[in-house]
Amino acid sequence: MGFERQADFGTPPSPAEEQVTLTIDGRSVTVPAGTSVMRAASEAGGHIPRLCATDNMQAFGSCRLCLVEIEGRRGTPASCTTPVEEGMAVVTQSGRLARLRRGVMELYISDHPLDCLTCSANNDCELQDEAAAVGLRDVRYGYEGANHLGSATDFSNPYFAFAPDKCIVCSRCVRACDEVQGTFALTIDGRGFGSAVSAGQAGDDFMASDCVSCGACVQACPTAALMEKAVVEIGKPERAVVTTCAYCGVGCTFRAEMRGEQLVRMVPWKDGKANRGHSCVKGRFAWGYANHRDRVTTPMIRESIDRPWREVGWDEALGFAAERLNRIRAESGPRALGGITSSRCTNEETFLVQKLVRAGFGTNNVDTCARVCHSPTGYGLKTTFGTSAGTQDFDSVEHSDVVIVIGANPTDGHPVFASRLKKRLRQGARLIVIDPRRIDLVRSPHVEAAFHLPLQPGTNVAVLTALAHVIVTEGLADETFVRARCDWDEYQDWARFVAGERHSPETLEAVTRVPAADLRGAARLFATGGNGAIYYGLGVTEHSQGSSTVMAIANLAMATGNIGRPGVGVNPLRGQNNVQGACDMGSFPHELSGYRHISDAETRALFEADWGVPLDSEPGLRIPNMLDAAIDGAFRGIYIQGEDILQSDPNTQHVAAGLAAMDCVIVHDLFLNETANYAHVFLPGSTFLEKDGTFTNAERRIQPVRKVMEPANGMEDWQVTQALARAMGLDWSYGHASEILAEIARLTPSFAGVSWERLERAGSLQWPVNDRFPDGAPVMHVDAFVRGKGKFVVTEYVPTDERTGPRYPLLLTTGRTLSQYNVGSQTRRTANAVWHPEDLLEMHPVDAENRGLKSGDWSRLASRTGETTLRVKVTDRVAPGVVYTTFHHPATQANVVTTEFSDWATNCPEYKVTAVQVTPSNGPSDWQEDYTELTERSRRIEAEAAG
Amino acid sequence: MSGTAQSVVRMANQIARNFAHLDEEHAALATADHIAHFWDPRLRAISADLLGGADFSPVAERALRLLATGNEPPPQTRATEFNAAHESGGSDAG
Repeated sequence: MGFERQADFGTPPSPAEEQVTLTIDGRSVTVPAGTSVMRAASEAGGHIPRLCATDNMQAFGSCRLCLVEIEGRRGTPASCTTPVEEGMAVVTQSGRLARLRRGVMELYISDHPLDCLTCSANNDCELQDEAAAVGLRDVRYGYEGANHLGSATDFSNPYFAFAPDKCIVCSRCVRACDEVQGTFALTIDGRGFGSAVSAGQAGDDFMASDCVSCGACVQACPTAALMEKAVVEIGKPERAVVTTCAYCGVGCTFRAEMRGEQLVRMVPWKDGKANRGHSCVKGRFAWGYANHRDRVTTPMIRESIDRPWREVGWDEALGFAAERLNRIRAESGPRALGGITSSRCTNEETFLVQKLVRAGFGTNNVDTCARVCHSPTGYGLKTTFGTSAGTQDFDSVEHSDVVIVIGANPTDGHPVFASRLKKRLRQGARLIVIDPRRIDLVRSPHVEAAFHLPLQPGTNVAVLTALAHVIVTEGLADETFVRARCDWDEYQDWARFVAGERHSPETLEAVTRVPAADLRGAARLFATGGNGAIYYGLGVTEHSQGSSTVMAIANLAMATGNIGRPGVGVNPLRGQNNVQGACDMGSFPHELSGYRHISDAETRALFEADWGVPLDSEPGLRIPNMLDAAIDGAFRGIYIQGEDILQSDPNTQHVAAGLAAMDCVIVHDLFLNETANYAHVFLPGSTFLEKDGTFTNAERRIQPVRKVMEPANGMEDWQVTQALARAMGLDWSYGHASEILAEIARLTPSFAGVSWERLERAGSLQWPVNDRFPDGAPVMHVDAFVRGKGKFVVTEYVPTDERTGPRYPLLLTTGRTLSQYNVGSQTRRTANAVWHPEDLLEMHPVDAENRGLKSGDWSRLASRTGETTLRVKVTDRVAPGVVYTTFHHPATQANVVTTEFSDWATNCPEYKVTAVQVTPSNGPSDWQEDYTELTERSRRIEAEAAG
Repeated sequence: MSGTAQSVVRMANQIARNFAHLDEEHAALATADHIAHFWDPRLRAISADLLGGADFSPVAERALRLLATGNEPPPQTRATEFNAAHESGGSDAG
């Protein structure tokens, strides 16, 4: 693709089915009723000049440039705000219109700097384009009078600048912030000539405002008033490649706009079906880590982890790794080896890692980071619905009437979905938030939850059962749906269970701390408010009853008939970009791609025939079991692609002990991450910008990842895995990621209809893509569940073993923040660090006062597993007795205090409930001091060490 | 008792406790079914070795004794019903 702006039709498409035919400049045009004249003209290939109109916002009608003549009507109406009518005759070009438009444009230009040749938007400026389109040749009004030239530019945001002298006050930025992002950070301050775009209060700059740096305003600006600093610095892009974001599970698609091999900017692609042209601060701006000085592009090895690293060539590094792996296998058997696939890598890369482990190492000891995030989703949804994936596409929220958000913080974790949700809420949908913290969605501009149920951490199942109690006992269940779609006997068993008095909101209030009246109100609203959708995140799964909570959610959706159509459903918000894909690709130790158990001889035979090796028929180890086995001496070697388990997994000291006990730890990553402190081999990785492949987002959407620049390390990640396989003696010879995708499709029934060529044509496909669903399935379980009847499962509330007491009287729960991603290894190496330079401990004012702590004070956070120090932020977002922190910074390592407790079904760690004590502190913990020293020692590279 | 052994006991008891809404026989079958499908051979062997000497709950103990005899029960929940070789219906991220 060469560099062209994406087509802009001026106003949004009309959803109407009724068609209207009119004539525009004598040509017959047929469009849906409700379409604007401007859009109708654009769809017919014409162009009506405009400045304030753009097709991802409602028409505004302020610039007066898009005037047209309509037969039989007086005056010259604005085409953006005039809907088409049957038989309408429109003229878009005439002498009168030309004069009017030139006059309007003349006024704009009379207060605009004429510095086009040196302007960062030169040749990519709508004002410039429209001035040309209207034939502006002269500006009669000089600059002698009052003007805005010379106004100070606001450089406060790290990624973009605001130059008021180039602003034409079209309000597109304000409307983008309102309509698209939903933050309402911007406004037009003043009146008439004094009108100016303002971020927050008068005198605030962008950084001081509520701006969340999503970039929507910059994208909307028709001039250089709001411009990416990278464009100012580098220049106009010369080509664009559409690819998929590598941050969260929303899976936004972007145009990577390039100049040579240099990425200039990432612009959300309007045709992206997950993001519909929107973005967040991470995907839009936080890609600088790809060129960060910390990035390691040369392979390194060392004999033992107390030695400095030695930079070597690929052959030596791979030979060293292969020799160690082969030796361990010879000495201790294949089950002493294993691997971890990454949800940040492509489907093709994860498929190859699990293939290497199964076919090369000869064991099923392969696991993935979904173990620590959404593994309970798999268990819970499969048990109830017969399939574990989210039931909807993201467009579905546009049809929701009542939305439950439980254990998720979408404005921070899944910001683009949050914007789409907030848009629907502003249209009148109602919101129920179930979360220990008062997350932003509870109350933000023009959005207020109907109910916030601030439950005690660890009581999700009790709350959901109480909601079900109200629905069943008050006769609000959709029994017609249940009889038609679910197992009726099981429903009756479940209904009797939840109807018991011990599950009433009043009885459970002592456990959940949720006021019974609020809980009853929320239940009634969800059951009777129309299309009800449930969105959830890791606040559901990362508990000892994570799988039970997912089943309780599914029960609630089935009991209220909220399955199988747009606007409803159960929607897991996946943390990382390719969690769904990594699971689909056979990353779990008990199953091959397509969710077929390893013990199934027929399935194994398919793979054995294709791969030419026999496969172990027994399930392998999960990550925590691998670490236990390592400490026992039974697990000795691991290949970790794109994960930093030392920082991300619970009970850091246990993880460290497991890694330290191994004889061969291979870390394949962009950076010397925390896990690499314990590694013997470092294989440099490639970024998502440097590879071809596919990601599968939270809505099961398989999307292309396209290489926009050559890998800095010389190889795409699948090539590195292949090189390691070849060093171990395997005869792999893939020439391109598409060949791996072909193998996946050949061996995986749900991917049977997927191919590189089909994805190129369709843009994306939502699996399953097979004979039954040749074009994929946006909404699942439409007429029937994928497998049999929907199953209600009794979910008895079982309190976690993690209890508060005199020594550890507070409950710690953890989460993430908007600007940082996961362990922060990418986002900490971008300017996003300005928003979250350290992890803070949120604490209620009462708890803080009792401990003599105030905001900014250092505190010691201790649990039975470890302790760390971090600064306190006093806030009533958290309830008394609850503290909260994030896990983005290795200097803090919140997981030093999290425990070995985990979900009963999947071993997903119980990150969300840890009993802790917090006391004032004046320095780092012993562990932090020791770890700092270890890190410095572990990152020595031989040349440096010699010096 | 090693860390792994402690983990085995805790995990087995936790699984059994979450099937406590079933009668003991079915809870034991479901626990055994779960362990058979999701635990690797080493963990199963450790759990078998611990029988009689560890603090397993009655349901967990019964399930592990069933497995120790080599009798894997048929699937007790849909979580352990996996796709057949050419089937694309179900999925399981756990």
